[in-house]
Amino acid sequence: MTEEPLVKMRDVWLEGRSDETWNPIINGVDLTLAKGEVLGLIGESGAGKSTLGLAAMGYTRDGVRISKGSVEFDGIDLLTASAAVKRQLLGKRIAYVAQSAAASFNPAHKLIEQHVEGPVQHHVMSRAESEADGIELYRKLRLPNPDEIGFRYPHQVSGGQLQRCMTAMAMSCRPDLIIFDEPTTALDVTTQIEVLASIRDIVEQFNTAAIYITHDLAVVAQMADRIKVLLKGDEVETADTRTMLSAPTQEYTKSLWAVRSFERPLKPAVQTGSVPVVSVQNVDASYGTVPVLHDVSFDLHEGRTVAVVGESGSGKSTTARCITGLLPPKAGQIMLDGEALPADYRKRSKDQLRQVQMIYQMADTALNPRMSIGQIIARPVEFYLGLKGKEKRKRVDGLLEQIELEPSQYYHRLPSELSGGQKQRIGIARALAAEPKFIICDEVTSALDQLVAEGILRLLARLQDELSLTYMFITHDLATVRAIADEVVVMKDGRVVEQGPKKEMFKPPHHAYTDLLLSSVPEMDPDWLTNLLKERGVDNIGDAAVDKM
Amino acid sequence: MGNVLKIIFQRLALGLLTLLIVSIVIFVAVNLLPGDFAQSILGQGATPEAVAAIRQDLGLDQPLLTRYFQWLGGVIQGDLGTSFAQANFASFTGTDSGATTVAQQIAPRFANTMFLAMITAAIAVPFSIFLGVLAALYRNTVFDRATNIFTLTSISSPEFFLAYILILFLAVLNPIFPSLSNIFEGMPFGERVEKSMLPALTLTLVVTAHMMRMTRAAIINLLASPYIEMARLKGLSPMRVIVKHALPNALAPIINVIALNLAYLITGVVVVEVVFVYPGIGQLFVDSVKIRDIPVVQACCLIFATAFILLNLTADIMSILSNPRLRHPK
Repeated sequence: MTEEPLVKMRDVWLEGRSDETWNPIINGVDLTLAKGEVLGLIGESGAGKSTLGLAAMGYTRDGVRISKGSVEFDGIDLLTASAAVKRQLLGKRIAYVAQSAAASFNPAHKLIEQHVEGPVQHHVMSRAESEADGIELYRKLRLPNPDEIGFRYPHQVSGGQLQRCMTAMAMSCRPDLIIFDEPTTALDVTTQIEVLASIRDIVEQFNTAAIYITHDLAVVAQMADRIKVLLKGDEVETADTRTMLSAPTQEYTKSLWAVRSFERPLKPAVQTGSVPVVSVQNVDASYGTVPVLHDVSFDLHEGRTVAVVGESGSGKSTTARCITGLLPPKAGQIMLDGEALPADYRKRSKDQLRQVQMIYQMADTALNPRMSIGQIIARPVEFYLGLKGKEKRKRVDGLLEQIELEPSQYYHRLPSELSGGQKQRIGIARALAAEPKFIICDEVTSALDQLVAEGILRLLARLQDELSLTYMFITHDLATVRAIADEVVVMKDGRVVEQGPKKEMFKPPHHAYTDLLLSSVPEMDPDWLTNLLKERGVDNIGDAAVDKM
Repeated sequence: MGNVLKIIFQRLALGLLTLLIVSIVIFVAVNLLPGDFAQSILGQGATPEAVAAIRQDLGLDQPLLTRYFQWLGGVIQGDLGTSFAQANFASFTGTDSGATTVAQQIAPRFANTMFLAMITAAIAVPFSIFLGVLAALYRNTVFDRATNIFTLTSISSPEFFLAYILILFLAVLNPIFPSLSNIFEGMPFGERVEKSMLPALTLTLVVTAHMMRMTRAAIINLLASPYIEMARLKGLSPMRVIVKHALPNALAPIINVIALNLAYLITGVVVVEVVFVYPGIGQLFVDSVKIRDIPVVQACCLIFATAFILLNLTADIMSILSNPRLRHPK
């Protein structure tokens, strides 16, 4: 590279404050970005990707500081520059696209209002020019109704569309650099494709340099020219995308690549005539007067895992609420061991309640922050099994051992002192404490990093083999389905569109929607997105394809 | 919009119901006051016959329930009743002003109170919000602390004390405003404002702290949200980030606190009225309690309750309107 790089970060150290002490977040990382280049930044959560991405803008969040190193943007030292100088660059030459567009757009103003703010405040364009340009960008990003969509408030626009509006907003001043901070993590797979394709097109078109932060390897493979891998604040390796994918040199990178290979052996088919542990029969349900589920039926057999897949809003979690009795169905029934369960959980016996347990998506909010781990697990032990004193303690210790956490170390800790994966393990132990037959796992791994998630999946698989548990596994991640499911139920708009053994589901021919879901899961091949777009045709990707069904 | 109208309608209906309940509470409470008008007007040497005669005359011998419904029926038709003191005994009490019905008696006083409340609000509300925004902008600086100390001191001091301090500095040492606010009907607007200035400033000092601190807190509360970070990363000035991006989303709690303080300005200013001899409704109320002039007391209470309910209703509606999710449903 003879040309002067656009971003030059040298030996950057970042620290975050917790409890009055400064702890390292990033330890001496170098980062160089040429004009028009896209760099992928990957690693687990807590690896410091976002913090490093923001530091490239010369920005740190409250409680974070750059303790050492230099950050230069186009020859300007961002660490010594005054706030006024930095404000001249931010938004105008360096822009940011946040993870959750829904949270990052101001709910009080229309989209176009927020779009034109940058250009007008930075005196790049007049209001009218910028408005016209915004509509043009919406069109380029293939948003529906580009002429009209900007005049809506953020809550009136769907997540995938908002994410594209945010990309348009980042483009509004035609910056030299955009930081994309996990822009598709919160989206469904079918929506993700559209956003990825739009981002890639527009970055290419305006020759914008970008730092693309994600924990999803397959996504970064589509987007980046080069990839930098971070682990706990240290750089593991940096290489050209194709080299990185085909020949990673570091052990850690190889282990990241290997995560997707976890798959359980297939179980023999269910014997005909055996009574399912739980059977959902012709269930209709609604929230108020809005119907949500239509004639949902499927069986769950002992010792097996049924994965319920579909996008957000397809009725997966509502089905779980019907099974647990939190939302009594309007029609149909739930059978447990061949006997009908009362529709409302308040009318179920303690034993019926004990048999059906749940593990939640957000372990953070599902554990009482003021109770110790021991108390959290002891509660169901006492409530359902009536154990007290020493026996109770022994049972809790046993449960902690089952989830591979040392009892003496963890019994007295609070949830806030555990990592995300450990918290999810506590969630599992709490469900096991009731000694249930059947556990509903509601997106239990979607908030976790791939390595940690894999650990949870392996644990769940082991527990299933040991205790012959039955799982209903709600997920939108097909890699997880591939890893753990025995049978698959595909839901869309509150209906079951396809169901059957996993082997058959992953083999064509599928229902058109299943096919769309399957083909939308990013693959590690860097040409995957390009080929897929060619196959589907530009107007028939993601959401657009869903709408046509 | 249909959504919003429905909510407003519900709140209005609830407000009316509250008012009805309040009317019962007022009526019962006022009648539980020890002694009655007949006793207090005739003094200690009254013969039982004289007391009974006056009671009969005023209808005080009727059962409580009958009197309540008579009163309620009158109120609904806009008739607040006849003041005991004005009706037949004005010569005893020295309160003769030619006004005989409660409405006639209260109307000018209430207008004065509203006038003072509005002048105070016109000064205090913009001032508090402005101070709150500045305190949020310069949070944790000397300015922020000084503002906090100043407003907390003024809210913690007794009203009469603040009033006398203001009189000392703005009327005695520097004769800018008159220290007596004896306004009367037909006074020109400018003179009225000038005469009401000192009580208005005193009340401003009393209500500013609450509103200013809520503005500051509501804004700072939002500063950690992703859309504020986004606004900063767009390179906007700190002032613009706060005024354009934080303030509109912080309005609901601020509006509620403003409404509470405005209600206080209408119902709780008797001390300030006394200090400045301002002829507001507060003084009338206290005088009427003293002589057990029950129709006036009840009417005042009802007006205070209505003001509270109306202001809170307005605050609710404005909070709803400040939320784009409700203004523009999907």
